[in-house]
Amino acid sequence: MINQTQDELIEEFGLFDDWADKYEYLIDLGKKLLPMSESFKTEDNVIKGCQSKVWLHAEKQGDLVVFQADSEAIIVKGMISMLIRVLSNHTPEEIIKADLYFIDQIGMSQHLAQTRSNGLVAMVKQMKNYAVAFSAIA
Amino acid sequence: MAEKLDLNLIRKDFPILDQQVNGSPLVYFDNAATTQKPQVVIDALNRYYTQDNANIHRGLHTLAERATTGYELTRTKLKDFLHAPSTDQIIFTSGTTAGINLVAQTYGRANFTAGDVILVSNLEHHSNIVPWQMIAQETGAEVQVIPVDELGVLDMVAYQSLLTDRVKLVAVNHVSNAIGTINPIKQMIDWAHRVGAKVLIDGAQSVAHFDIDVQALDLDFFVFSAHKLFGPTGVGVLFGKRELLETMPPYQGGGEMIKEVSFSGTTYNELPYKFEAGTPNIADVYAFGFALDYLASLPKNAVWEQEKALLDYATEQLSQIDGLRIVGQAPEKIAVVSFVIDGVHPQDIGVLLDKFGVAIRTGHHCAQPLMARYDLVGTCRASFAFYNTKEEIDLFVKALKRCLMMLS
Ligand SMILES: Cc1ncc(COP(=O)(O)O)c(C=O)c1O
Repeated sequence: MINQTQDELIEEFGLFDDWADKYEYLIDLGKKLLPMSESFKTEDNVIKGCQSKVWLHAEKQGDLVVFQADSEAIIVKGMISMLIRVLSNHTPEEIIKADLYFIDQIGMSQHLAQTRSNGLVAMVKQMKNYAVAFSAIA
Repeated sequence: MAEKLDLNLIRKDFPILDQQVNGSPLVYFDNAATTQKPQVVIDALNRYYTQDNANIHRGLHTLAERATTGYELTRTKLKDFLHAPSTDQIIFTSGTTAGINLVAQTYGRANFTAGDVILVSNLEHHSNIVPWQMIAQETGAEVQVIPVDELGVLDMVAYQSLLTDRVKLVAVNHVSNAIGTINPIKQMIDWAHRVGAKVLIDGAQSVAHFDIDVQALDLDFFVFSAHKLFGPTGVGVLFGKRELLETMPPYQGGGEMIKEVSFSGTTYNELPYKFEAGTPNIADVYAFGFALDYLASLPKNAVWEQEKALLDYATEQLSQIDGLRIVGQAPEKIAVVSFVIDGVHPQDIGVLLDKFGVAIRTGHHCAQPLMARYDLVGTCRASFAFYNTKEEIDLFVKALKRCLMMLS
């Protein structure tokens, strides 16, 4: 399931040849990110290590972990949108085990993977941390 | 008609500028973070390691002699550059940050006591805040802040009233790295001296732009980094008044800084070596001397004219963009334009501009208290050097407009 979503993303980004179009698509994903409840935008939910503020909230709905997130920066929101699409609504075990190969394969890894300050690494780590915490409680 | 810089020739001296980044010609507008290095500096580094490398001061052999001469020659050049009274007062550090920490940990520790005040400004880089907070915590001294107005100018009335006889040290930057304000340091130093306070000036952002005369300014301490002055990374300079440096305890212990060592007691070396423990950064200090020579070879007025022209042109071009606001509009500014755009996060602009080959800086610029003052998460900052051109500003502005279209 997680891999199926990743493959979809890879296919979608494959439609664009040049970097500007890929970024425009990413920005578009950012704009369409479902809004996060304002009540979850707390200091506790802020992910440290990003140049823009990023909030991440996770909760367990039945067996599944559901994520909500937001950022002040639109490109970061685009990345959040992809991560949520891939990881949200899965079991903690699936999230912990997930190998996020789409990041390298959508053709933007030069930017997305390399820049520590964009917070992608911190975001993935935090999402997995939530999954670990939920699996420990269960 | 004053002499003009031949930018075609000058740009050839900086080989890094001639390259494509992400498929576009590089536009390097991050000079406040670090400047690029002329070929003579790169050659000097290469030559040092190819021909002259040896440890300095203690060796008797020819290479040691050459390396020592090269290292000390830069100190002599710096004496001229700063108009310092002697080479003994020029101490090599690893950078501005290291110089400030040295003064805080030696002068500060020996002189601050409970109730004393260290005055910094709201414009400071974290490097000129945190070392003072650390020593304040240890000694019971207190850090107070000179406020800054909407334009980015220090409030001199407030400064005057903050200057009580409790103030032991005033630590301010000559020029703000985040918004480019040039502070009236001559006046600030004079006022501080009247209440018996010493002054440390952080010259990280000023040395590349003006002449510094430490004697005319009556400076107590002046610090800067070579890498912001077209020299290598890892080298900094601390200038201090002789009577202060002489009475300050050493900073780090080790080789080079001693006269005699025994287990019953150690005597310290003289200035400047007392503060240069261990093997220093010989190669980079040597190469830095060539950056100073290079600068001295340029017509100073033409450099200033060029920087001023870049500042004016960039300000004018950027002001025409809808929703763009320039942060920092002090009447006296170096060639730095910090700006924000309504509804757009600076990070998004930085990321996209890079794709167009344009290097600027976004974020808080290590000046979070200043960002807080203006209620900003950060700004976009374009900072220029004399080797930049108006054509590059055109490329930058065009790229910025494309970014805004992509983001809208
Ligand atoms: C005003 C100012 N002070 C201090 C520093 C710190 O310099 P360095 O990192 O070279 O020690 C900088 C560098 O950005 C600066 O601009």
